Amino acid sequence: MASTPRRAAILGGNRIPFARQNGAYAQASNQDMLTATLDGLAARFGLAGEHVDEVVAGAVLKHSRDFNLTREAVLGSALVPTTAAYDLQQACGTGLEATILVANKIALRQLDAGIAGGVDSSSDAPIALDEGFRQTLLAANRAKTPAARARALARFRPRQLLPSIPQNLEPRTGLSMGDHMAITTARWAITREAQDELAAASHHNLAAAYDRGFLDDLVTPYLGLTRDANLRPGTSLDKLAMLKPVFGRGEGATMTAGNSTPLTDGASAVLLASEDWAAAHGLAPLAFFVDGQDAAVDYVSGDEGLLMAPVYAVPRLLARQGLTLQDFDYYEIHEAFASTVLVTLKAWEDTEFCATRLGLDAPLGSIDRARLNVNGSSLAAGHPFAATGGRIVASLAKMLHERGPGSRGLISICAAGGQGVVAILEGA
Amino acid sequence: MAADLYGDLVRTGLGRKVVSSLHLPNPVRLRRYAPQAPLIEGPVVVAGHGAAPLASPITSMLTSSAIDVLGEVPADGRVGAVVADLSAAEHPQDLESLRAVVSPALKGLATCGRVIVVGRPPQAASTAAQSAARQALEGITRSIGKELRRGATANLVLVAEGADANVDATIRFLLSGRSAFVSGQVVTVGDGQPSQPADWARPLAGRVAVVTGAARGIGASIAEVLARDGATVVAVDLPAAGDALASVANAVGGTALQVDVTAADAGRRIVDHATTRHGRLDIVVHNAGITRDKLLVNTDAARWHSVLDVNLMSILRMNEVILGDGGLRDGGHLVLVASVAGIAGNRGQTSYAASKAGVVGLTRALGSDPRLRDRGITVNAVAPGFIETEMTARIPLGTREAGRRLSSLQQGGLPVDVAETIAWLSQDVNAGVTGNVVRVCGQSLLGA
Repeated sequence: MASTPRRAAILGGNRIPFARQNGAYAQASNQDMLTATLDGLAARFGLAGEHVDEVVAGAVLKHSRDFNLTREAVLGSALVPTTAAYDLQQACGTGLEATILVANKIALRQLDAGIAGGVDSSSDAPIALDEGFRQTLLAANRAKTPAARARALARFRPRQLLPSIPQNLEPRTGLSMGDHMAITTARWAITREAQDELAAASHHNLAAAYDRGFLDDLVTPYLGLTRDANLRPGTSLDKLAMLKPVFGRGEGATMTAGNSTPLTDGASAVLLASEDWAAAHGLAPLAFFVDGQDAAVDYVSGDEGLLMAPVYAVPRLLARQGLTLQDFDYYEIHEAFASTVLVTLKAWEDTEFCATRLGLDAPLGSIDRARLNVNGSSLAAGHPFAATGGRIVASLAKMLHERGPGSRGLISICAAGGQGVVAILEGA
Repeated sequence: MAADLYGDLVRTGLGRKVVSSLHLPNPVRLRRYAPQAPLIEGPVVVAGHGAAPLASPITSMLTSSAIDVLGEVPADGRVGAVVADLSAAEHPQDLESLRAVVSPALKGLATCGRVIVVGRPPQAASTAAQSAARQALEGITRSIGKELRRGATANLVLVAEGADANVDATIRFLLSGRSAFVSGQVVTVGDGQPSQPADWARPLAGRVAVVTGAARGIGASIAEVLARDGATVVAVDLPAAGDALASVANAVGGTALQVDVTAADAGRRIVDHATTRHGRLDIVVHNAGITRDKLLVNTDAARWHSVLDVNLMSILRMNEVILGDGGLRDGGHLVLVASVAGIAGNRGQTSYAASKAGVVGLTRALGSDPRLRDRGITVNAVAPGFIETEMTARIPLGTREAGRRLSSLQQGGLPVDVAETIAWLSQDVNAGVTGNVVRVCGQSLLGA
């Protein structure tokens, strides 16, 4: 029985261009977008009619009818109907978590080839009934006699007709993610200028990547969109400086619509396989999945910031792999907000924080900023929550492949609920 | 695609009456290829002049395909096709043999029947009289094409001395529904080392073919037909056309490669994709093309450049890699897409005509390039005439109707007609055909 773990290879990926909320994909459902993304992946890698063991994907904003979202998308795609599929969800960590799961199954020889992905629509959002109205209807449904049913329905109040629209709020604090981040940003004294600089770089880097054809084999157009709708190649520090803060209060407010990611629609998928499967299909691995790590912080009763979990996850991952923070050719730190990235980097440089919070003898230190998000990140591309992980994994894998065998990349993604997922890829 | 309303009308009872009493064009639904259908519903009359050296190999090929072959027109006059071998003609007086064979066959020629004249290339004639007789075949064949009605076609096959064994694939193509929209054409068959397919229903089995401009229209049809014939297809188009391209690639079970053919590394990316993903490269179809129609008086440099760059110069650049080491294999096939506009010229299409005439010149040069001949690589072009596509659907109605009717077949062709011709030129059994430009135009009167 073969039980020795083996390396999982990342063969490539596909995504649709990300659209701004209520833009090009306003009428597209999660299932539509995920299906189109799988079709693009199938076309790029010749998977139509080929057997792929599993497709693992998820969405953060999800309709109750989409209980089997990924499997339904598979059935509507060019993949063979005998492809198993299931949903996984960990807020903004969904795509990367799905990648870790598929890679681990490949490593354990439970799979030969799998697809990890994610999709989110902020436009086609589920709208729920008012909770009181829902309870009324359920009570009426339970009632056994017409009289009891009438009594139950009599509890209905007209104001209950107002629907409940999902909000980007943390259920336990009632604060939006931006409000949470604003607290952390202020605590770490991240300046407006530094945030705007990072945002401008993200746009310029992504625009340059499109222009030199880097995304030719990473993106498939959809519904008339050929590039990310949020991308502003011509943005500048001057333009960004004109925007009014939207999160935080008063003098110290630094977070604007320009240095925060907008609500976005989109989907992504990554093809992973064993080296044998790859070779048998004439596909050269771009990178290998090395390791992944989750972490969570107590942002409710403790005093840690909502999006700080990756700061905790990375040192655990580095220790396990015997690596330092400086041992990487590329860093992909998800730009939920520009300040998220800047706080993360600052925390790793902070001796006291690293000692007291991370329990490290010495700080992780600083990184070469020229290796950070070199082809842009979420501030430019947008951030359809569950789709971001797949976007980053595929793009980093291609960068590492271009860099050469043995090159290393670090991915860091923060997620709602005070969570974080990080991972290491190695160039093939 | 704009509906061919006239074509539908003439197929109704009333329409037929009106058309025949007013002597209007009367297009029929053309016989098109299906892998399991017979090459042609017989019988086929095969005869010729003198020793008619090609009659016997053609007869045995047809007989082995279970087609009824006759030496002359049968008593009931009904004939599926007539093949006249004039390869032994020495003098214009010998042309009487052609008249004697073909003339009696025309009256009972089946709907979508075929007239095939076989001769030798005039350039290789040893006497002036022989050259005259050989050249006469072209005039005769083109005139027969114009005389024929009801979807029948006439084509001339010029077989070089010593290449008689290579004529199979061309005769099959011209008899079959693959050549539905090919008429009045001259195909030259030379030497080469043809290899017969194991299965004539899948002549491209095991082959890897690249098709540029494959996201829609004629390119998508080429991808479909090559895949139907057994090839694994790499569908190439602009990144911006990637969604349509993905549908094509998935439908034919191939792969999609998003690359702009004008990119400096396009050839390298295409060859790398084909060879690493699919292990080989047997066929390349340079189909990608654009129009930026304007009268020359209004054409600026940018417009001029974009058409020539996409339609012609990109092919030159990509060919450096495709025809280089590790690219197209020896014995492979390159097919270019020219246009009748490149032969006849078109008002408002100077840049397009320049690019497509350039493709003709490029095809002739590569077809006679001794290095490619040594490697057994064939290079041919198809020149589509009026084909029913999204592009031609945008032509104003009057011009569109004229384009459709001003041809011997009195209708527009379909993308599949171009694709079938390309698929034929991509067969290994067709190794003797190179440097040819075959019009797929229904014998359009333009540029004829």
